[in-house]
Amino acid sequence: MNIRHAKTFLFGALALSFLVSLGANYFNSYWLFISYDIGINIILAVSLNLINGYTGQFSLGHAGFMAVGAYTAAVITNQFGELNTFLSGTVFLGALLAGGVLAAVAGLLVGIPTLRLRGDYLAIVTLGFGEIIRVVLQNMNAVGGARGLSVMHGWTNFFWAFSFAAVTVYVVTALVHSTYGRGFIAVRDDEVTASAMGINPTKYKVTAFVIGAFFAGIAGGLYAHSKQFLTPGGFGFMQSISFVVMVILGGMGNTIGVIIAAVLLTLLPEFLRPVAEYRMIIYSLLLIVLMLTRPQGLFSFKKSPAK
Amino acid sequence: MSEFFQQLINGFAFGSILALIALGYTMVYGILRFINFAHGDVFMLGAFAGFYLAPKVATVFPIPSITGGLAVMAISMAICAAIGIVIEKLAYRPLRKRPKLTVLITAIGVSLLIEYTCQNSHVFGASPKSFPTLIPAYPIKLGALSLNSNQLVVLGVTLALLAALRFIVLKTKIGMAMRALAFNPEAAALMGINTDVVISFTFGLGSALAAAAGILFAVNYPSIDPLMGILPGLKAFVAAVLGGIGNLPGAALGGIIIGVTETFVAGYISSTYRDAIAFGILILILLIKPSGLLGKKEIEKV
Repeated sequence: MNIRHAKTFLFGALALSFLVSLGANYFNSYWLFISYDIGINIILAVSLNLINGYTGQFSLGHAGFMAVGAYTAAVITNQFGELNTFLSGTVFLGALLAGGVLAAVAGLLVGIPTLRLRGDYLAIVTLGFGEIIRVVLQNMNAVGGARGLSVMHGWTNFFWAFSFAAVTVYVVTALVHSTYGRGFIAVRDDEVTASAMGINPTKYKVTAFVIGAFFAGIAGGLYAHSKQFLTPGGFGFMQSISFVVMVILGGMGNTIGVIIAAVLLTLLPEFLRPVAEYRMIIYSLLLIVLMLTRPQGLFSFKKSPAK
Repeated sequence: MSEFFQQLINGFAFGSILALIALGYTMVYGILRFINFAHGDVFMLGAFAGFYLAPKVATVFPIPSITGGLAVMAISMAICAAIGIVIEKLAYRPLRKRPKLTVLITAIGVSLLIEYTCQNSHVFGASPKSFPTLIPAYPIKLGALSLNSNQLVVLGVTLALLAALRFIVLKTKIGMAMRALAFNPEAAALMGINTDVVISFTFGLGSALAAAAGILFAVNYPSIDPLMGILPGLKAFVAAVLGGIGNLPGAALGGIIIGVTETFVAGYISSTYRDAIAFGILILILLIKPSGLLGKKEIEKV
């Protein structure tokens, strides 16, 4: 997706999500809820793609940032009673952004010390941070601890989910195509060469991490107001893995592929319901076979440059 | 004071189990430079192998007894060594020349595959199973200290296995080949070392140690389930990093430090935070000394 397409896409998607949300009452509510999941997963996968795909930093802690955003937004909106449409929209937007900002701060705190590390180490440290966030939430009685937190308002709708998805796609695409953003790809392709060219790899990695965490936080807020119940266990290691799988399946650094993968992998469990017991076995087999046969992702057709 | 020693012994028992798992991580990392995410699941398979073997072994050796317990452990170690070798052959070997990230994701996939296959009701089932008593447990009174003989068994078996491992790595031909491969795989191959055989052997050895850890864990905490390997696996990896990944004494030291710290935090501060301790230690060590306590600093050459 190039930058001009991205702008058209942004406005098109915003208009479309607004129109669809006007007619939301005519849709089957089951599929409507799944469509929110699709929007939320697009945000998570595309933002993770900035970190994993474009900057080449393997992060396994995306669900942790999502948890920060979800709990922040939920605690904020729980302070309000019933509101009219306009006010609720404003409060919701504020809560989502607050969740995003707090997740970004968490991303900064995680990123600065850990992004000096490479590959495997980074993966395990981000995984560790995700787990620490989960354990801390489990011990915070103010947000219900292990019992979970009820979210009073079900404010997430088609418009919110998909306009934020569109914004995420736009921001990530515009960023990696900007002069500044070329640095992300340079860091991914060869860190040593990039730093020899005057690019500060740590700065780029932290930037990617913070932006990715911000959008994960927003997705968390949307998730909280769609499911209306949060438990720390819902933001574990497995969740992070599922976002990584979306990025891998779509092809690292391929935004359109990642969007398709996010949609498919959100729908897949619905279609596998009849064989629910084998669902995760199929899923993990798929992952292994994919890595053995098409490590560049299902939807990447460009040949990777010869090393 | 007696509570302090009590906790110390508990910590040593848990830490030596972590040390056994950590050795597998560190050996594989030393040779292939990748984290075998499925290692924690091999630990779990070791415990389950013991669970299903115990009634069969009981027809030959009396169970609970020391000989019976050791027989179960030995067979379980052999089974897991085979599993480890098969995993390497099927999933990791075809990817050996690919980017590390690809191998890492495959390892996560293998780990998920083992966990979910075992949770299937036709395999082990997701609900916890109670592990049979393999070794008779006696309470031991030492002044104000009350010990459990199982903890001493854990410590004794761990020491014996560490000595055996040390012998294999330092005194045998295959051990020398392992060290050569860890030092420089290409040069080792040029010297006529069959790298595939050595890598298979390393996986087998690491998996056997993990199986032993699984049995010892189940003897001490006799409730086993298919997801029991995740947290000990991650903590053992942290232990390997703490000691300096690729360094065998470091892995053992790291395991003991993590086990003791965690037990002390659980005993004196809060048991709900115990699972976060290992990761806290990991972050600290990576900030202060990323090469680990006993590790050598690696300089990247361009």
